[in-house]
Amino acid sequence: MVKKVYMQPNEPPYRPIIFDPKVCDGCNKCVEVCTMNVLMPNPEKGKPPIVLYPDECWYGGCCVKECPKFEEGAIKLNFPLWYRPRWIRKETRESFRIGSPNPPPPNLKPPVGGWKPKP
Amino acid sequence: MLEWPYPIRYYTLNKVDVDVLVVGGGMAGCWAAIRAARRGVKVAIAEKASVIRSGAAGSGIDHWQHAATNPCSKVAPEELTEAEVEHCGGYTNGIVRYIRCRDAWDTLLEMERMGAKIRDTEDEFKGAPFRDDETKLLFAYDYENKFTLRVWGTTFKPALFNECRRLGVDIFNRVMITSLLLSNDGKEARIAGAIGVDQLTGELYVFRAKAVVLSTGVSTRLWSFIDPVGLSSFYPPNETGDGIAMAWKIGAMLTLMESSGPAAGIGIFSWPSFGIGNPANTWYPCRIVDSKGREVPFVDRDGRPLRTPDEVTKPSPGQKFMLIGGSIYSGRGSHKYLGPRITPNLSELVEKGELTPPFYADLPSMPEHERKAIFGLMVGQEGKTNIPIYYNYTRAGFDPDKDMLQAYWQYGSETKWLDWFGKVPANFRDSAVGSGSKGGLVVDWNLKTNIEGLYAAGCIIAGSAAASCAATSGRWAGAKAADYAKSASAPSINWSEVDEEEKRIYSLIEREEGICWKELNAGICRVMREYCGDYKNEDLLNIGLIWIKEIKEKEAKELYARNPHELIRALEVLNILVIAEIVLHASLARRASSEYLGFYRLDYPQLDPPEWRKFITIRNEGGTVKIGELPFNYWLKPPFKSSYQENYEVYKPW
Repeated sequence: MVKKVYMQPNEPPYRPIIFDPKVCDGCNKCVEVCTMNVLMPNPEKGKPPIVLYPDECWYGGCCVKECPKFEEGAIKLNFPLWYRPRWIRKETRESFRIGSPNPPPPNLKPPVGGWKPKP
Repeated sequence: MLEWPYPIRYYTLNKVDVDVLVVGGGMAGCWAAIRAARRGVKVAIAEKASVIRSGAAGSGIDHWQHAATNPCSKVAPEELTEAEVEHCGGYTNGIVRYIRCRDAWDTLLEMERMGAKIRDTEDEFKGAPFRDDETKLLFAYDYENKFTLRVWGTTFKPALFNECRRLGVDIFNRVMITSLLLSNDGKEARIAGAIGVDQLTGELYVFRAKAVVLSTGVSTRLWSFIDPVGLSSFYPPNETGDGIAMAWKIGAMLTLMESSGPAAGIGIFSWPSFGIGNPANTWYPCRIVDSKGREVPFVDRDGRPLRTPDEVTKPSPGQKFMLIGGSIYSGRGSHKYLGPRITPNLSELVEKGELTPPFYADLPSMPEHERKAIFGLMVGQEGKTNIPIYYNYTRAGFDPDKDMLQAYWQYGSETKWLDWFGKVPANFRDSAVGSGSKGGLVVDWNLKTNIEGLYAAGCIIAGSAAASCAATSGRWAGAKAADYAKSASAPSINWSEVDEEEKRIYSLIEREEGICWKELNAGICRVMREYCGDYKNEDLLNIGLIWIKEIKEKEAKELYARNPHELIRALEVLNILVIAEIVLHASLARRASSEYLGFYRLDYPQLDPPEWRKFITIRNEGGTVKIGELPFNYWLKPPFKSSYQENYEVYKPW
């Protein structure tokens, strides 16, 4: 069986926002806050928004910040391949990057004051 | 293809009647709305995005500059303002800078009452040299003089948004104001309101307002429209100078429009903002090391090598205080106030083999309180860092206690701190980044423009700077606009103006083919790079103006939009076209080069000659470009008082 091939226009080559449909319940908070109006509500209620204008993303992360389920992975801000800085572990000189194939274990420490800082 | 998810309401016209309309709901706009609403007038905000996180400060702020009246500050507001003005060579705005130095601390306290976090209540930094243990406040850069605070700025916009709602401010999210309306009932031109269009539905709004506060921020996408387009600017790419364009159309006076600097970290040249190792700003005073672990030295204003972090966080011997660290103004500015920076001969040290790239930000070697303050507080609270950097990096395994983040240095990058963010070709300019002299509206001590009823706040004011300036000017302008609105009669809308604007807006959606907003934006940017780039002369600028005239007559009339989202983007590009023309005219009018303005004329190479140390003003008078001038320190000359304190006392709205 030969796979069907279509005349498809080029798409923007970046996927700045990636939803996990198993976690995202389509509350559309991210749609509401996006600076650039990148996201559109899904016509099917309860489903993740549509990333209609991925090339206009400013990579500010407000969509993730306002997501009630971001720590569960409902929405991810995904950097293009050319936008991924490297670092080295000082002691071992191991070299890593954002999106490393063999990443070190995640560092789960929240920022100073936590994710929702209180006065 | 899926149908547009919102109801389409082209040609539907909504009428809204308020006392004060705030255009742009960022840091400045929210404050203007809050202060106006507290005076008991009816207030609306029209915001192109969504107020809770919109504007340059929406995602966060890591430091609150020049709160000179905080209990720990060792510098008086007058002295700090004078230093700022001197550091910018005079090409700035003493009014908003003094208001900031006086009010930034009170503003911060007010925000704390609204739920923003401004101090280390959990005692995470107990005993750190940048902490005042009594007030639990944290300071940045100059630990001795303590006038700039480290803050939890991700909490600021939500707190302001909630306060706006609590006060009953009418919030119109996703509404772009496209033009201002003038009242035709009196002798003098006076504000009557504004027209806006909804980015989701395409419907129109006509706001009748006695006073308008413009707080639309900076002008981006003027030289740089680059893949991916959302990264065309360091600032939010929806800040397209809309306020400047609409104010220009009704004759408002602008200045410093010829000013520009190299763009920082845009498009494919960029790195995640504040997400690479560097020695400046948010990362100050992080130690930078080479691949062999050798330290890249910081030096003071006289080139004397310094030890990090103790010596880098205090003034040089004989210096009273320093303005930020890491030479935020690229090493220009007054020697008197220059802070430490990375050694300016780094390229030479690399050529000699004394240092070897790659370089790294050596967080693990920093004292714990510094490491936590840099990566944890500052990177975590600054704009575009909380999720993009702190969350993404730590989840990818980055640990500041163990890891050294690469600093992507290139030859020559040591002289300009912005180059550490991703160096771009020099003709990719930016009207705002790192500049103390960005162009915009001319205002008086009421933060009023030359148009009756039209006020300004934040980065739209020529020479304004940073979040604390935005907040304090917003607070002042909002109160002033409310007081004016209380005394003003109801303006009358000129409906033929509304009809004309309606026709202009919807002509874009009536057209089904032609040129799309992206091509037009990229075309204008090409003109600006080639004819108004890093080096200019009269012939180049004149060809630039020919280009703009042609585009206005031809391609701009072929612009089309297929839905309300594209309609907003297309209207933005038409504003960018207006700004481009203003910048070209302003550049022709300054027949001298200026280091402070990042302005280089090949035909007038002398830098900042005494006779050109002044403001060139530019105004549209019924279709004719009028060039004028204002002296330096015009804010301390008649009709104003001669000192900052006196003016503050005379004009303060409280």
